[in-house]
Amino acid sequence: MTETSEKTHMTHETAVEAIGLEKSYGNMKVLDGVDLQVRRGTVFSLLGPNGAGKTTTVKILSTLVTADGGRARVAGHDVVADRHRVRRSISLTGQYAAVDELQTGEENLRMMGRLAGLPRAQARRGAVELLERFDLVNAGQRKVATYSGGMRRRLDLAASLVTRPVVLFLDEPTTGLDPRSRQALWDVIGELVAGGVTVFLTTQYLEEADRLADRIAVIDGGRVVAEGTSAELKQRVAGSRLDLTLADARAYEAVAGTLGERAIHRDAVRLTLGVATDGNAGRVRDLLDEVDPGRDAVASFAIHSATLDDVFLALTGRVAEPITEPTTDKETAHV
Amino acid sequence: MSDALILSGRCLRLSRRNIEALLTSLMLPIMLMLMFVYLFGGAIHIGTKYVTYVVPGVLLLCAGYGASITAVSVSDDMTGGIVDRFRSLDVGGASVLAGHVTASVVRNAASTVLVLGVGVLIGFRPHADMLHWLAAGGVLLLFVLALSWFAAVIGLLARTPEGANGFTFFVMFLPYPSSAFVPIHTMPSLIQGFAEHQPVTPVIETIRSLLLGTPAGSSPWQAVTWCSGILIVSITLAATLFHRRTR
Repeated sequence: MTETSEKTHMTHETAVEAIGLEKSYGNMKVLDGVDLQVRRGTVFSLLGPNGAGKTTTVKILSTLVTADGGRARVAGHDVVADRHRVRRSISLTGQYAAVDELQTGEENLRMMGRLAGLPRAQARRGAVELLERFDLVNAGQRKVATYSGGMRRRLDLAASLVTRPVVLFLDEPTTGLDPRSRQALWDVIGELVAGGVTVFLTTQYLEEADRLADRIAVIDGGRVVAEGTSAELKQRVAGSRLDLTLADARAYEAVAGTLGERAIHRDAVRLTLGVATDGNAGRVRDLLDEVDPGRDAVASFAIHSATLDDVFLALTGRVAEPITEPTTDKETAHV
Repeated sequence: MSDALILSGRCLRLSRRNIEALLTSLMLPIMLMLMFVYLFGGAIHIGTKYVTYVVPGVLLLCAGYGASITAVSVSDDMTGGIVDRFRSLDVGGASVLAGHVTASVVRNAASTVLVLGVGVLIGFRPHADMLHWLAAGGVLLLFVLALSWFAAVIGLLARTPEGANGFTFFVMFLPYPSSAFVPIHTMPSLIQGFAEHQPVTPVIETIRSLLLGTPAGSSPWQAVTWCSGILIVSITLAATLFHRRTR
């Protein structure tokens, strides 16, 4: 394939393309050469811990922030030179609900529709349709200040769909949500993709990336450290994981202490600890004898192939955020 | 332009629903007017009825406070995520800020009418023809515009809406060392210098001369120069700051 035909092919099939994105805030280098490619009509997830550069990447791709170095094209347009065209092709849902507390849900949606250039009547119709689609009909006439965190997120997502975007950017769309609202949001994202929208999603939850994304890029310290399908990423971590289920909390603490750094997975609630293993019976037996000489601490064990958790740990040297129920509702706490 | 109109509508709806701020901006000037006229007014002798003297000053205090609230609403937008949403809809900073300033002008027009109405009820008797009324309205409009844009600059500078709120207190205080409530010549000489040369005094004196026929001197030119100057500098600063905050 010649270089020219390759380029034509790319602009046709590629919704998002970034080459060598760099960004610093003061002395802090937030992005250190990020390369990305997202095919049209797919879900792409940028997965990484807090402060990895996910939000900055989204802001550069959605034209809100200018990169110090590198270039990017979204929906076929350059994010700097053609920023207005890019803006007409995308929608953005940020980390915090960008809606007015003192307006009703319907008023917010109507306003966004009008700002997106819809005539008054069409904006009104669109608002009603979106309220229905996002299960907010009963709350439509209420001020957003009275909404729960999940309702706010749904309204926020609805607000980014007043026009049909080519690429939808979702920056940590389910952070701080309860499991039910998270599931509801996942369903909506699934419907959007079925309708042909390209979704660019950031998350710190492995489960979310695993569930939704066709391809995943793991970002850490401002660099993409791995990229591929969920299955491909899992293959990158050789071997399997030995999961020990401990008898009680005391046994858990003791074994966790003995294992130290070797425990690549910890779950204090389920009393499980995971250790990398190649599955060799002798070595598993040695390990069990080492951590449980009295033969009463480990209740059961299981060996399974690596999960995205293991990939994440291997790539970033950190244990990934488990999806936990928020103790405080982040939305309300923020606003 | 149409974006600015949509956003003005938004800001007006928001300020109508922010009941506390609305009540404060309407009640406070009226309370102050009643306090000055009925509590302090008896002790202040300036040759005319005190209510006649003080109403233009209260109008300014009211407009100044009302305009300064713009700082808080701009800061609210900048610290929440909504400006990013507007920008991703390709709505520019000029429209966002113009929306806030337009809402501020409309809010202040309403509160000015209210203060004037209460002023007339308690004995304020202006004698001005249509032209003078319009001119007085024009000067007040220029003052509100200038201060609203200045407040927008403060809103862009402030890290938090609470910080921006501090500005409203500064503006509330500004009419005191001016000719708003007592004649400047009764003040200590150090303060006289400031009071004579700060922007509030020529604006008040201009409105007094237009509504009551007091000698204007060079006040109208000073008022227009001050306000236009503040307006031009503020709009320029606001554009630069918005650009910098959203980079």
